[in-house]
Amino acid sequence: MLSLNDIRPGGRVRIRRHLSTGAVRQRLLDLGLMPNAVVTVVRSAPLNDPIELKLDASNVSLRRREARTIEVSPLEADAAEPDHV
Amino acid sequence: MSEPRSEQPHRKDVQVALAGQQNAGKSTLFNVLTGARQHVANYPGVTVDKKHGQYSDDLGTVYTVDLPGTYSLTSFSLEERVAREFLLGERPDVTVNVVDASNLRRSLHLTLQLLELELPLVLALNMMDVAASRGIQVDKDLLARRLGLAVVTTVGRKGEGREALRQAIRGVEDGATATERPHPAAVVRYGALEPAIEQLMARFATEPRLSDLPRRWLALQLLQGDTAAVQLLAERLGDDAARPLRETAGRFIDAFETAAGIEVSDHVVSCRDQAVERLLKGAVQGAGNGRPSLTERIDRFVLNRWAAPFFLVATVFAIYQVSIVWGYEITTYTWPLLAKARELIAGLLPGADFLVDPYTRSLGLWLVDSANTLLNYVPIFLILFAAIAIIEDSGYMARIAFILDKILHRFGLHGQSTLPLILGGVFAGGCAVPGVMATKGIPDTRARMATIFTVPFMNCLAKVPLYTLLLGIFFVEHKSLMLFYISTMTIVFALLVAKLLTKTVLRGQETSPFVMELPHYHLPTVTGVLRRSFERTWQYIKKVGTVVLAVAVVVFALLHLPGLSAERKAHYEAEAQAAVERFAAALEGNTYRDVALGGNLVPLVRYFTDYKRAKLNATGAAGSARVTERFQARNADFYPLVKPPAGDRDARKAWRELRKLARARQGLRKDMREERIRTSLLGTIGRGLEPVTQLAGFDWKINIALLSSFAARESSVATLGVLFQQDEDQNATLEERMGAETRAGGATALLAVSMILFFALYPPCLATTIMVKVQTGSYQWMLFAIVFPTLLGLGVASAVYSIGTAVGATGIQAMSAVYWGAVALLLVVGLVSDRQASRRLRARLAET
Repeated sequence: MLSLNDIRPGGRVRIRRHLSTGAVRQRLLDLGLMPNAVVTVVRSAPLNDPIELKLDASNVSLRRREARTIEVSPLEADAAEPDHV
Repeated sequence: MSEPRSEQPHRKDVQVALAGQQNAGKSTLFNVLTGARQHVANYPGVTVDKKHGQYSDDLGTVYTVDLPGTYSLTSFSLEERVAREFLLGERPDVTVNVVDASNLRRSLHLTLQLLELELPLVLALNMMDVAASRGIQVDKDLLARRLGLAVVTTVGRKGEGREALRQAIRGVEDGATATERPHPAAVVRYGALEPAIEQLMARFATEPRLSDLPRRWLALQLLQGDTAAVQLLAERLGDDAARPLRETAGRFIDAFETAAGIEVSDHVVSCRDQAVERLLKGAVQGAGNGRPSLTERIDRFVLNRWAAPFFLVATVFAIYQVSIVWGYEITTYTWPLLAKARELIAGLLPGADFLVDPYTRSLGLWLVDSANTLLNYVPIFLILFAAIAIIEDSGYMARIAFILDKILHRFGLHGQSTLPLILGGVFAGGCAVPGVMATKGIPDTRARMATIFTVPFMNCLAKVPLYTLLLGIFFVEHKSLMLFYISTMTIVFALLVAKLLTKTVLRGQETSPFVMELPHYHLPTVTGVLRRSFERTWQYIKKVGTVVLAVAVVVFALLHLPGLSAERKAHYEAEAQAAVERFAAALEGNTYRDVALGGNLVPLVRYFTDYKRAKLNATGAAGSARVTERFQARNADFYPLVKPPAGDRDARKAWRELRKLARARQGLRKDMREERIRTSLLGTIGRGLEPVTQLAGFDWKINIALLSSFAARESSVATLGVLFQQDEDQNATLEERMGAETRAGGATALLAVSMILFFALYPPCLATTIMVKVQTGSYQWMLFAIVFPTLLGLGVASAVYSIGTAVGATGIQAMSAVYWGAVALLLVVGLVSDRQASRRLRARLAET
C-alpha cells in the first residue's frame, strides 16, 4: 500500500485512510487531511524532512514519520501544473 | 469573568468571546474590536494566555475575551480544552467565530462544533481581501440564511467591518432567546449514529445536574470517547451515576463501529465535512482557480532546496544586525539619559559621608544601577521584538520551522524551537526571558520542555560584558577566534543538552506530531508590529524589572551584612581622623583654611570628587566649560581649591593637600568595602565554596561575582568591578585592573576559559527561572532549571581547568579542544540517533 511518504514532489493523491490514532489523527483531520481529500505534495524541506502538502486552500507541512501513516492512492497527473522544486 | 458587570436595566454589559482557527486573523480582529484597552493573563492553572479587552457602545460595556486559536474543539490539545471549558463554563453572551474567508471549507468545521455547543453565534468572515485576491466570492447572505446566523465580512488588517461586527454582536444579544438553539438547517445529522445520540440525550434530559449542558453535544462527545467529557460527566453526577451512562455510550460505540466498519470520530468528521460541503454549495465561487498564488510563487524561491539556507541565514543575520548591532548604537544615545537620571537621584539622596555612606544612599544607588542596566536594553528589545513580529506576521516564521525541523527534531527539539532560541540570543545578544516566554507556541510538550531548559544556554545580552571583559584581558591575540567559539558554542551545547534531557528526565513527557499549517504570506501592518513589540517589551520590563529589583535588595543585604565589627570600624575611623588631621596641619596659615575645615570638610571632599568625575565624563571643550560653570555656580568658595587660579600659591597648596586627602579617603573606603564584602554573608558563601570551585580555578571573588550574577547577569561584571575597584586617580579600565590583579594572583587564560564555559552553562538568571516556573507550571522544574546547569557548568569548568592545568594547555588550546570536541560529539549523536530512529520506524511499520 502506498503511503504519502512515497509520493514525490508534484504528485497528486487521494487520501484513503489514516493508520495514526488519537491526537495525531485528529490534527491531520483538523487540517483538512480527510479521507477522500485530494492533496498535492509540493516539496520536501531542504533536509528532505518534513514535507509540504497543498490542500484545497491551504498548505500544510508534516514530518515523513507522520506521512508514512497516511495511505493514499495516486491520481492521474492533473491539468494544474505541478510545482517543481 | 473578574470584571464587575453592571445590572442596571437601561444599560446592558455583555461578555463576548472570540473563537477561531489559527491563522484566521482572530487576534488582529480582537485588536480592531477592543482597541488599546487590553489585558493579558493566564487561564487558571495553565500557561495559556487569556487576553481580554473591552469597549463601550450605546448600550454599555462589551467585555471581550480572545480565546486561543483552535482548529476544533476536541480535548486533545491544551488550547482546545481551555477554549472549550471557557465556552461551556462561562457561557459568554455572544461568541464571535472568526473564520478565514479564503478557506471556508476547513473553517466551518469549527463553526459547526460551536453551534453544537448551542452558543449564540456571530460569524465574522475575515480576510475578505485575501479571498478576493484569490478570486473567491462568498455569498454571505446565502450563508447567513443557511446557518441561521448573523454573518459579517471583515478585513482585520485594515480595520474594516468593525461597526458591522459590533452591531451584529448587539443584534444577537437582543434576540438571544430566539437564537438559543441553532438553526435546524445548520444541525449536522450523523446518520447511523443518530439513534444513539437521541437515546443518550433522552437519558441526560432526566438528569437535572446536566440541565445547563448542551445535550446533543455531550452525547456526541461521549460517543467519540472524549476524555474531558467523560470527566465532566463524572464531576457532575459522581462516579456511580456516570458509570451506566458511560457504559451505554460504550455499547453504542461498539455496535456502531462493528456495523459501519469505521471509528465514530471518523464518521463524525466526515458527516461534518459533508454538511460543510452542502452549506458552501453555491455560496462560494471560484475557490482554487488553479493559478499559482503569490505565496506559492514566493515559496518556490524561499523554500527552494538550495536557496532556503541562504534566506534563513540572511534573515537571522538581518535580525542580529538591526536589533543587536544598531540597537547597541542607539543605547549609546540613551545611556547618557539613564546616567543623568542616576545623577538626579543621587542628588536627591542623602550625601556621601567622609567614610561610610548612609544606607539610604548606597541602597538607593544600587537599585538605580540595577534598574539602569535593565532599562539600557529597552531599545534593543523594542527593535528585536518588532523584527520578530514582522517575521511572525509575514508567515516566514512557520517556514523557518519547516526548514530547521529536521535538525532540531533529531536532538529532541522542534522546528518551532527556532524562535525561542533566536530570542534567547543564538549568536549574540538576546534574553532568555522572552525566549522562554516564546516556547508557549510549541505544540510538542517534550520538545517544549527541552527548549525551555536550553534557551538559557544562549548568549543573552548580559553574558556579553563578561565575555568582552575576559577576552580583553586574556585573549587579545585570539579575540576573533574566541568570539567565533563563544558565539557558536551556544547552539552546540544547547543541542547536546536537549538530546541528553530528552533521553533522560524528559523521557516520559508527552510528544505530539509536527503537523503545521504554512500560512499564506501577509504584509505585516505597522500598528500590528508596533503593538506586539511594545507589548512584549513591557512584559519584559514588568516581569524582569520587579524580580530584579527585589533580588537586588537581597543581594545588597547579603553583601552588606553583617557589616564590619565595631573594632574594625574604629580602626578605619582612626585612620580617617589621622588623614584629616594631616590635612588640617598642612593648611595651617593657609588663606583657604577656613573654607576647607570644620563643617565644610565633608562637602568639600564630595565637591572635589564630583568635580573630578564630571570633568572625566565631560566631552569636548564645550562640555568641560559647562562643568566649570556648573561647579562655580554650585560653590564659588570651593572652586579655587579644585582648580587653583594661576599664581595663587595658597590655593595650589590647598589643592595638593586636598587631593592627598581625597586619595586617602578613597583608599580607606576601598579597603573597608573589600573587608566588608569578604566578611559579608555572600563573601562567606563565596569563600565556603572555594574548596569546590577551586577545581575550576575560581577564588572567592569570582564566586561572589557568579553568585550575584544569578540575580541578573549584568551584575557579574558590576560585582567584579566593585571587587577590583580602582583608586580615584587611576583611570584604568576594569580590564587593566582585573588583568593586573588576577595575573599577580596567578590567574591564566585557562582560568578565563573555565569562567567562560561556566558562564555559558550556568543557570538562568532569576528572572528567567521565574519564567521557567510560569511556563512549566511547576516549582520542581524551576529548581531543576537551577540545579542541573550549575552542576553541568561546574563539572565542565572543573574538568577543563584541572585537565588543562595538568597537561599545561594554554587558554586557546583548551577552548579549541572543548569546542571541537563538542562539535564532534554533536555529529556522532546526530548520526546515531538518525539511524536508530529510522530503524525503529521501519520496525513499527512492519508490525502494522
